[in-house]
Amino acid sequence: MNAARFFALIAILGVAVACVGYAFPAINFLLAVALSKGLAVLGLVMMMRAGLVSFGQGLFYAIGGYTAGILSHLYKVHEASLLIGAAVLLSTGLALVVSFLIARYRDIFFAMLTLALSMILYGLLVKSAALGGTDGFNVKSITFLGMPIGGTARYSSLLVVLGFALGGIVASYVYSRTAFGRLAEGLKENEIRVEYLGASADLIVRISYVGSAVLAAIGGALAGILVGHVDPEMAFWATSGEFVVIAVLGGSASLITPFAAALVLEFVRSYATQYAPNTWQLVLGVIIFALILFLPAGLAGLHKRRKHAKTTVGA
Amino acid sequence: MSSLLAVLIDGVMHAAWLFTIAVGLTLIYGVMKILNMAHGSFYAFGAYCCATALGQYFAAGLPPMGAFLAIFMSALIGGILLGLIVERGILRLFGGRDPIVMLLVTYALFLVLEDAIKLIWGVDPYIVGEPLGLLGVVKIGTLVYPGYNFLVVVVAVLVCVVLTSFLQQTAYGKILRAVIHDPEVSSTLGINVTRWSLVAFITGSVLAALGGALTAPTISVVPGMAVEVVVMMFAVVVIGGLGSIPGTIIGALVVGLVRSAAVHFWPEVELFSIYAVMALVLVVKPKGLFAGMELRKI
Amino acid sequence: MEPAIRTRNLMKSFGAVVAARDVNVDILPGTISGLIGTNGAGKTTFINMLTGYLRPDSGSITLDGTEIVGLTSREITRLGVARSFQIPQLFNTLSAIESLELALAAQQARGLRGFALVSEDELEARAVELLKEFGLEGFANSLAGTLPEGIRKLLDIAIAMARSPRVLFLDEPTSGVAAEEKFAIMDRVIAAARHTGLTVLFVEHDMEIVRRYSDRVLAFFEGRVLIDDKPDVVLSDTQVRTLIIGEEPAHA
Repeated sequence: MNAARFFALIAILGVAVACVGYAFPAINFLLAVALSKGLAVLGLVMMMRAGLVSFGQGLFYAIGGYTAGILSHLYKVHEASLLIGAAVLLSTGLALVVSFLIARYRDIFFAMLTLALSMILYGLLVKSAALGGTDGFNVKSITFLGMPIGGTARYSSLLVVLGFALGGIVASYVYSRTAFGRLAEGLKENEIRVEYLGASADLIVRISYVGSAVLAAIGGALAGILVGHVDPEMAFWATSGEFVVIAVLGGSASLITPFAAALVLEFVRSYATQYAPNTWQLVLGVIIFALILFLPAGLAGLHKRRKHAKTTVGA
Repeated sequence: MSSLLAVLIDGVMHAAWLFTIAVGLTLIYGVMKILNMAHGSFYAFGAYCCATALGQYFAAGLPPMGAFLAIFMSALIGGILLGLIVERGILRLFGGRDPIVMLLVTYALFLVLEDAIKLIWGVDPYIVGEPLGLLGVVKIGTLVYPGYNFLVVVVAVLVCVVLTSFLQQTAYGKILRAVIHDPEVSSTLGINVTRWSLVAFITGSVLAALGGALTAPTISVVPGMAVEVVVMMFAVVVIGGLGSIPGTIIGALVVGLVRSAAVHFWPEVELFSIYAVMALVLVVKPKGLFAGMELRKI
Repeated sequence: MEPAIRTRNLMKSFGAVVAARDVNVDILPGTISGLIGTNGAGKTTFINMLTGYLRPDSGSITLDGTEIVGLTSREITRLGVARSFQIPQLFNTLSAIESLELALAAQQARGLRGFALVSEDELEARAVELLKEFGLEGFANSLAGTLPEGIRKLLDIAIAMARSPRVLFLDEPTSGVAAEEKFAIMDRVIAAARHTGLTVLFVEHDMEIVRRYSDRVLAFFEGRVLIDDKPDVVLSDTQVRTLIIGEEPAHA
């Protein structure tokens, strides 16, 4: 898809979501939560494009949530742009350090190590009495550039989250058109060849990891503000697992479908937890089985994905 | 001094428990190259089977010592059934997929089993503590332990001895080692890799169920017990090096001792300590303590 | 003239198997050398050492006078060395033209330039040039994973050539390819090499190809250089004929 059409498409989608939110206030909260989760999933998708699956995306989701939470709760900073800025800085720093450890790993080793790292944070948060332990704590009276968000200000919250989601999509789109972004898809296919082209596979893994961490942290900070609460569950591996499920559902061929998948899942969940609380995970599991078996395209990032045939050459 | 001794004993007991379950994970990974994210659910399934079996057993008023037979039989039957159904019914469908896709498949399996367990046994806890009292207490210095805790150690040692001698000293063990080493070459040598995969998977499933069954009397059996277990088992096999039995022993001991030290001296870092040690091991030895290097051929 | 590649006392063993024993080779710039030897003679190991995939146990390798032992394959690639593989190393789910675009983009994937947008038009234009040079125009939009073996070999080489290297190593460029296609592949590759004054070393089992395309031939046996001379001399050497080509000794 060329750039002009892509930007037109996301502009239209952005306006559409804003309109739907305006017309149906009852779903604003759900939409906003789905979009903030979608940001974390978008990060995951960017990694999948480089052939990596993280089972620890919750680590940075929680970092984002807790950064926003701690700053507002303990240091009385209530401006969301500052909170999110801090979340971005902190997640970048942490991801940079961690990336040197994990860049050596691929496949299931990468998946497991990211999982274990998120469990380190979980273990710390659960036992930290100052941060409310297992219960977490509340995040209240947040404003974005002076406008109240979170709590009952649901439509303005939705617009803010929507802005960040669109920003995340644009940033990911631009990155995928840089040299590193291009090489990332080669990495998924054939790492030896990438190294023999003079590019560093580990460096590309590190860049993908940091980028993905930042997206997750923004998502986490926004989710914390929206829900008005953060707790260690954000770092728990089941949260990361849910992100993986959404990413698989959306596939990694598009930067927009992760958000759509997050939305679908939030809707299904809001009904399932109400009417069939003990079969929600079962349904989720069966959906994954079916996707892998029948729709490998939904699994695009893990298997095959291809843009349409490009320019014809010569004959 | 006595606290050091306590750390050591608790650590070894915990390690024995970890080993019994983790070695199943190792075996499945070794033969099938599948990292089973549902391994914790097999453990939980074993615990529930055991809870049901013990409930029935004591309700029938049979001689108390026979309860141990009930524990083992429930694990054996439950493990075999579950392993058979999962391997034949589900994993077969996904044969030949990438390891990372199989990781997702077993994650989906974990989700399904979580709810399946709730559907079968409901969400109320099961408490079957009777066998705990049957083996009396053991005194070591000033420390007092239920004799039942040593049963877990005995089982772990037995599992280790049986598995190792089977692999090292029998003809079938030799075949299994060939499969672990290189499934493709093995199948060209006429080894029925499919059958060995089933055997390995069921054995792994029985071991996880056994771990669960042995644990059932010591805890209240509740939904969600699978979750913590599976990540801890990952730590064990990663520290030791995936697919290595000696590695699993070392991994279990490291995690067991670190955790018991943390519980005694600094309880706040209990969970954290395990994964921190794991990260530390990986910084020094990226493939775990016992794994060989895999160089891709070009 | 200073050699483009010079190895001195190169040693490498895997356990009891010696893959390189005191290998001393000089390859002059702009020449095309064939490398022959039986399976296990150490030909691929030699290329793997020259390109940093394996590190020699001891000895030295210089590229235009610069020591390269200890550098990674990535660093050596950046110095202007490229290689193709016995099993082509392709991006199977990308089309041929996308693979070449990716290979071209790799030159920019370093430091801050890696974060700059790549020029899609420029990449495409240069990828088309490469396709034409290797006669791959007809496969531009086919997925690399679906191509026939001969085309895969050519694409592998074209990808290697994307960085405009000074030295090119080809590991069995015609193995697994139908006999009638072998010459077509070599014609393309050697023409491209001569065109740019590239230094080439290729591993080959087909003696007819070796004779036709090499300026010089190196014969390896059990990790040693048996002989290193003009094609006619090497191919008529008695030891080469018995040990490598596998003819019955001398009653011809």
